[in-house]
Amino acid sequence: MSHSPSPDAKGGSEATLGTYSVGFILAIVLTVIPFAIVGFGWLPRTGALIAVGVAAVIQILVHLYFFLHLDVSREHRANAMTGVFTALIMAILVGGTMWLFYNLHYRTMIMGG
Amino acid sequence: MATTDASMHDEIQAEASQGTVVNFGFWIYLMSDVIIFSMLFAGFVVLSTSYAGGPTGRELFELPGVFLETLALLFSSLTYGLVMISLRQGNKRRVQGWLLVTFLLGACFIGLELHEFLSLALEGHGPQRSGFLSAFFTLVGTHGTHVTFGLLWILVMVGQVAYKGLTPAVASRLTRLSLFWHFLDIVWIAVFSTVYLGGMYR
Amino acid sequence: MLGRLSLDAIPYDNGIIMFAVALMAIVGVVAVGSTTYLGKWGYLYKEWLTSVDHKKIGIMYIILAFVFLLRGFVDALMMRAQQATAGPGHSGYLPPEHFAELFTGHGTMMILFVAMPLIIGIINIAVPPQIGARDVAFPFMNSISLWLTYAGGLLIMASLAVGQFSTAGWTGYAPFSEYPANPSTGVDYWIWALQISGIGTTLTGINFLVTILRERAPGMTLMRMPIFTWTALITMIMVVLAFPALTVALGMLTLDRLFDFHFFTGGMGGNQMMYINMFWIWGHPEVYIVILPAFGVFSEVTATFCNKRLFGYRTMVYATMVIALLSFTVWVHHFFTMGQGPLRNTVFAISTMVIGIPTGVKIYNWMATMFRGRIEFKQPMLWTLGFILLFTVGGMTGVMLAIPGIDYKVHNSEFLVAHFHNVLIPGTIFGMFAGYTYWFPKAFGFRLDEQWGRRAFWGWTIGFTVAFMPLYVLGAMGMPRRMVSYSNPAWTPWLWVAAFGALIVLYGIACQVVQLLVSIKNRDRLADLTGDPWGGRTLEWAMSSPPAEYNFAVIPTVHGIDAFMEMKEQGTAYQQPAEYSDIHMPKSTPAGLVIGAGAFVFGFGVIWWIWWLAILGGLTMLASVIWRACTDDVEFTIPAAEVKRVEDERFRKLALAGQRGDVIDTGSRGRMPFGGDMTGLHPG
Repeated sequence: MSHSPSPDAKGGSEATLGTYSVGFILAIVLTVIPFAIVGFGWLPRTGALIAVGVAAVIQILVHLYFFLHLDVSREHRANAMTGVFTALIMAILVGGTMWLFYNLHYRTMIMGG
Repeated sequence: MATTDASMHDEIQAEASQGTVVNFGFWIYLMSDVIIFSMLFAGFVVLSTSYAGGPTGRELFELPGVFLETLALLFSSLTYGLVMISLRQGNKRRVQGWLLVTFLLGACFIGLELHEFLSLALEGHGPQRSGFLSAFFTLVGTHGTHVTFGLLWILVMVGQVAYKGLTPAVASRLTRLSLFWHFLDIVWIAVFSTVYLGGMYR
Repeated sequence: MLGRLSLDAIPYDNGIIMFAVALMAIVGVVAVGSTTYLGKWGYLYKEWLTSVDHKKIGIMYIILAFVFLLRGFVDALMMRAQQATAGPGHSGYLPPEHFAELFTGHGTMMILFVAMPLIIGIINIAVPPQIGARDVAFPFMNSISLWLTYAGGLLIMASLAVGQFSTAGWTGYAPFSEYPANPSTGVDYWIWALQISGIGTTLTGINFLVTILRERAPGMTLMRMPIFTWTALITMIMVVLAFPALTVALGMLTLDRLFDFHFFTGGMGGNQMMYINMFWIWGHPEVYIVILPAFGVFSEVTATFCNKRLFGYRTMVYATMVIALLSFTVWVHHFFTMGQGPLRNTVFAISTMVIGIPTGVKIYNWMATMFRGRIEFKQPMLWTLGFILLFTVGGMTGVMLAIPGIDYKVHNSEFLVAHFHNVLIPGTIFGMFAGYTYWFPKAFGFRLDEQWGRRAFWGWTIGFTVAFMPLYVLGAMGMPRRMVSYSNPAWTPWLWVAAFGALIVLYGIACQVVQLLVSIKNRDRLADLTGDPWGGRTLEWAMSSPPAEYNFAVIPTVHGIDAFMEMKEQGTAYQQPAEYSDIHMPKSTPAGLVIGAGAFVFGFGVIWWIWWLAILGGLTMLASVIWRACTDDVEFTIPAAEVKRVEDERFRKLALAGQRGDVIDTGSRGRMPFGGDMTGLHPG
């Protein structure tokens, strides 16, 4: 190993064993918590769903930062910006669809067709 | 421990960056895949209670198996991270070794998923049973198909590393495979949260 | 062995279809025969089919588009004839099934195989040079996109002779497009033609998005990009984010049809409205995907032929961005009558109407550019003027349809048909014709004949007006769309007028065919020796016509908007550099062609349930991709001496043009390097 990775000049979270390990441990914790909440019935329905959702969002961010090395440094800015815009469109399309169909089910009573 | 000469090493470092044109292009492809999965999720949510008199998710899903699948994918993300670290160190044998470990973990995931699909179908709960099950099999199956192509890609890269060594072109491809593999893990987070864990409460 | 394919699949009993098949066969035999006779197969294969050159790929896209324009237009003529003659007591000359295939095929072909290939073709030809690039970011992927589009088009052509085409309309609404209601192969042909070409389009989107963001010449910041490049960039962002929705909708429909899934079926928990929702999540952005590049063309043309910088460059860019974002928030206006509550309808109605604002900004910008400009009424400018007048009418009726109360009354009527033709023909089609006449000399080295171009313009403009204004009236009178026959005698006269209008459009199209032939015949007289036939403002006019393989011998440096105009004004436009260096260009490869062929075989196999054939096609594609993914040596070098030879030839031609007085100098401060002082000289 004559060429150890040079100190990170770009400010991003470049791949080192350290960052991968931190990300991995966080991901494990954020996986175990929701599975435990649901599997052992620790929380009532609403609380459990919120906990699962929050854990999922945090874990996705953890993966993006520690595994995909996505941040706002110059090298990754284009990736981050396209990612944010895609997320916005995704939110409009998925959110809009759910908003629409919840209402449609409610008004036409074809729930559980 | 095989190491390359310094200029080659720098070139590999440069190619392994996500900022190159071709890696940026692959990132844009992943963005279009985000929309594919968004639509599948939207479809799943719309049909998530359309049981047509058939079984519900709560009756069908077995969380321990899903937890094992999740662990397999998570560990494979870590091992792919080790592929990239070994690549930056220019260590060819370690790159190959960690690629194979990643392949095995991914194969475990696919094996578990196939087992789940087959047992559901054999019990008469196949995708033809209800709108809910159609959406379930399609969403989870699309992710599984992606993972399968990822496995094929890993094998191709193991071959390339063996025959070509750690050239800049190979390093560039390994970086894209890294993006792909970590991306699939992210999709899986959304799958187990929405489909399986959320399914326990519908 | 052959799935559900048998000799019965050939529609012997339908004379019209057999005539069309015979015509296709004759054209095919003549094409193959003449290529063989002239010994051009090697040339065709080496220079075109395996080429990854963006200029050639662009031309091949446009050829595909014109073939389908003719076919789609014949469908339109037949529909007009049917409706004119199928009034009370008559049934016309077409059976309902055939009529349904016609309106399905017409819509599918005009959107996916005319509008899209025209746009992608013109973007291919114009965008890389506009940003000073030698090729796109991924030339090989460009070739895959092209051949996937051809594979989809070929499936539609095949459906004419083997089996039938879909009868479910170009939107393919479930459950009518589901297997129980529509068990024939028609819907499958439609699905796979769209699916395969749609994936090709997504790849194009990725390709040009990266090309424009990463391959610009030094100095060309985002806010110095030509406006056509801007619209192309934003269009490609929309392609990348919208086309996957179509992929998913079609994929789900395929699963329903082939494997008895229940996404959109009537029973077993399927939800038919979800198909419509997903289709329009793609479909509405698609409407803007086909219109925004046209806006870009009009902007370039207006600036060039008014000899002025485009008015409101920045507002134009921002307006385009706003339109693109809003276009993802309006899809529900295609199904106001689904049954959702008034709050939902109101929200989507408002977002729809809001799109009118940035579009209006653009219209005013074009008018302000023309104001006090020296307008030259060349063909591209004529199409632009026709667009501004007619498109505004279409936009206004669009705002009317955006009001849910009105939409409840006229949805699914001829009013809607009139509206979307009124935006797509003067918008997209006129825009692409403007682009075609504008960039034709760049691609081929000679201009298109003006006289026949004018005739074509008047044929289209008058024909369009006569053909579609009656449809507004018919819609208001309550005539539904897609009627094979009807019993209201009051509709008949209007339908005759519309049919007559279609004949006037036919005159316009005939003029375009003649124009092309006449221009080829007179190509020496119409030759563009300078590379700058219109007094252009952007970098593509800095190249010779047709451009060298490498576009620019030396990558230009950009200092502002309208880079080439600035070079001309500073007298640096035609300076030959002292020396050249080697240029690396992407190698041709047959892989794209093979992948396209594999996609066609795969699609055909799945349509006819010939599973071994489908697997064969799939494996062909997979093997080509893997083979290519293992290939490192993808470039070749053009030596500096060869570059010098080509460039010397170009400057010799330029000098000749200078003597002939061909060089157009629109900047009054300009000094021309050839043929002495040309200040103020302005041959119209």
